[in-house]
Amino acid sequence: MTCWETIGAYAFRSLGYGERMLPKSDFTLCQQFTLIGSGLIWNLYFGVLALAFGFFLANALALAKTSRHLWIRKPAEWFIFVFRGSPLFIQFFLGYQLFVLLPKTGIELWGITLQTDWLTKAWAGALFVLFLNTAAYSAEIFYGALMAVPKGDLEAADAYGITGFARFRRILWPTMLRLGWPAYTNEAIFLFHATTLVFFSSFPAFKQQGDALYYAGYFADKTYNPFIPYPIVGFYFICLTLLLTFGFSLVNRRLNRHLPSNQRARIRLRPQLIR
Amino acid sequence: MFSFCADPSTLDSTRWMLCYLTSGKHLLFYSSFGTVLLLLAVTAPVALAFGFGGAMAARSQNAPLRLFGKGYTSMVRGVPDIIFFMFFVIALDQALEWGLHQVLCPDWTDPIRTGLEFKVCPEAKVPPNSAAQIWHEVYGFTLAVVTFAIVFGAFAANVLYGAMSAVPRAQLETAEAYGMSQGQVFRRVLVPQMWVYALPGLSNLWLILIKATPLLFLLGVKDIVYWANELGSSKTDTFAYPHGDWKLWYFLGLLVFYLAFTRVSEVVLARLTRRLSRGQATMAGEAMRKAAA
Repeated sequence: MTCWETIGAYAFRSLGYGERMLPKSDFTLCQQFTLIGSGLIWNLYFGVLALAFGFFLANALALAKTSRHLWIRKPAEWFIFVFRGSPLFIQFFLGYQLFVLLPKTGIELWGITLQTDWLTKAWAGALFVLFLNTAAYSAEIFYGALMAVPKGDLEAADAYGITGFARFRRILWPTMLRLGWPAYTNEAIFLFHATTLVFFSSFPAFKQQGDALYYAGYFADKTYNPFIPYPIVGFYFICLTLLLTFGFSLVNRRLNRHLPSNQRARIRLRPQLIR
Repeated sequence: MFSFCADPSTLDSTRWMLCYLTSGKHLLFYSSFGTVLLLLAVTAPVALAFGFGGAMAARSQNAPLRLFGKGYTSMVRGVPDIIFFMFFVIALDQALEWGLHQVLCPDWTDPIRTGLEFKVCPEAKVPPNSAAQIWHEVYGFTLAVVTFAIVFGAFAANVLYGAMSAVPRAQLETAEAYGMSQGQVFRRVLVPQMWVYALPGLSNLWLILIKATPLLFLLGVKDIVYWANELGSSKTDTFAYPHGDWKLWYFLGLLVFYLAFTRVSEVVLARLTRRLSRGQATMAGEAMRKAAA
């Protein structure tokens, strides 16, 4: 098999297309690169979707945490505490057990039957857990940024007669995003790193369709040689991290475009957000 | 444990629960919490030492050493930590066996790596095949501790390197002006002042370390996740205490354990920060001085 044929056979193996059997012996470097890269599709899927959905919930939670009403503030605080205070690994296990306990036949709700069995699959269940997890972490970042909005900005808004939702949309929210963005970049990077946990917690990989680390683990198990597959995943993730940093710094530049260049927030990579 | 536990099927529900929760396997489950605490107790100082060494290397005058230090501190930035965990546990084991193999069996001619296995001579096996089960577990745990220490040492090196650069340059220059050597400046001025800058990062790291302990399960140690998984799965009538799938409750217990642990740590660390900020030339120290006056 030439390398091109290998790529053709395994490039979308993680989604179930191409060759059904994984290589069993005579492992080539090309096979390892292709299969692990194919698994990376799942990491991208989990990371991008959890981040996209989580962003909205995080904004809502951050606002709820600043609320003056106890009944709005307390649930948000507890949600953030539970998801930030416990290991993601345990959250995956717990989430999976919860989804398994849902009735197999679905839930009857106003005459409509809601199917529940897809929640026990990784593509939905793990995504749901990751979504809640990243929402909690991001909410804490946005809450901190909201608290750091300069008082002068709000006074200026008052002076111009901007109040209510207009004040939030035009003054508070953009400033919050601008202040929180460097920390949010880190959160995004570590969310992508956390996606490697999915298939090592209780979510099963059906028909050997797993993520990048799943295939790396497969090769390491088969060859007893950790020195090739793991550096390959590492390489893929370094590329992913660089790409993410680049993308987020573009947004950062846009958020900061009205500021003089010496006051702009710089994105610094800080490994502070492992779960 | 109790005398009335001899025949569980005859017990009423309260006693049944009491007997169930004190069965031999449950006692192993409880002691595995000790494993987690032991891991934390051993890993934290070792990782701190690794981090200190890494940060010193990254600041060194010697170019290769500096390169090594910088590489070590930045290795955890782009790559998920779990990859390092999976990698080091096998790599360390193989490195050890390979080294022993070179020393003990110099006349061995078969290849060690055949592409499908890793084969060293029987004398070089760690621990020896004849060793008791407990030694295999101790060895597995030790590998896990070293792996944790390497990975978290890299995190700590990052924090300490930043803290060392945060000490005001004027302090070091003053010490140099008094005629102290580089080593003296480092020991007497830089290190004592660095901790207050390092503390926020180190407290964060401690919380991260607590939350990383379930990964022991992936490294093959019989930790709390292993036992929760084992005890919670449904038991048929062939077992002394048959029950359905109780995994949810066991993992809920673990969740509460971790939440309580991180909460207590947060409170203690906040106190420690206050204590260390006293009398420091930082904003927090200044605020305390003003509050007292």
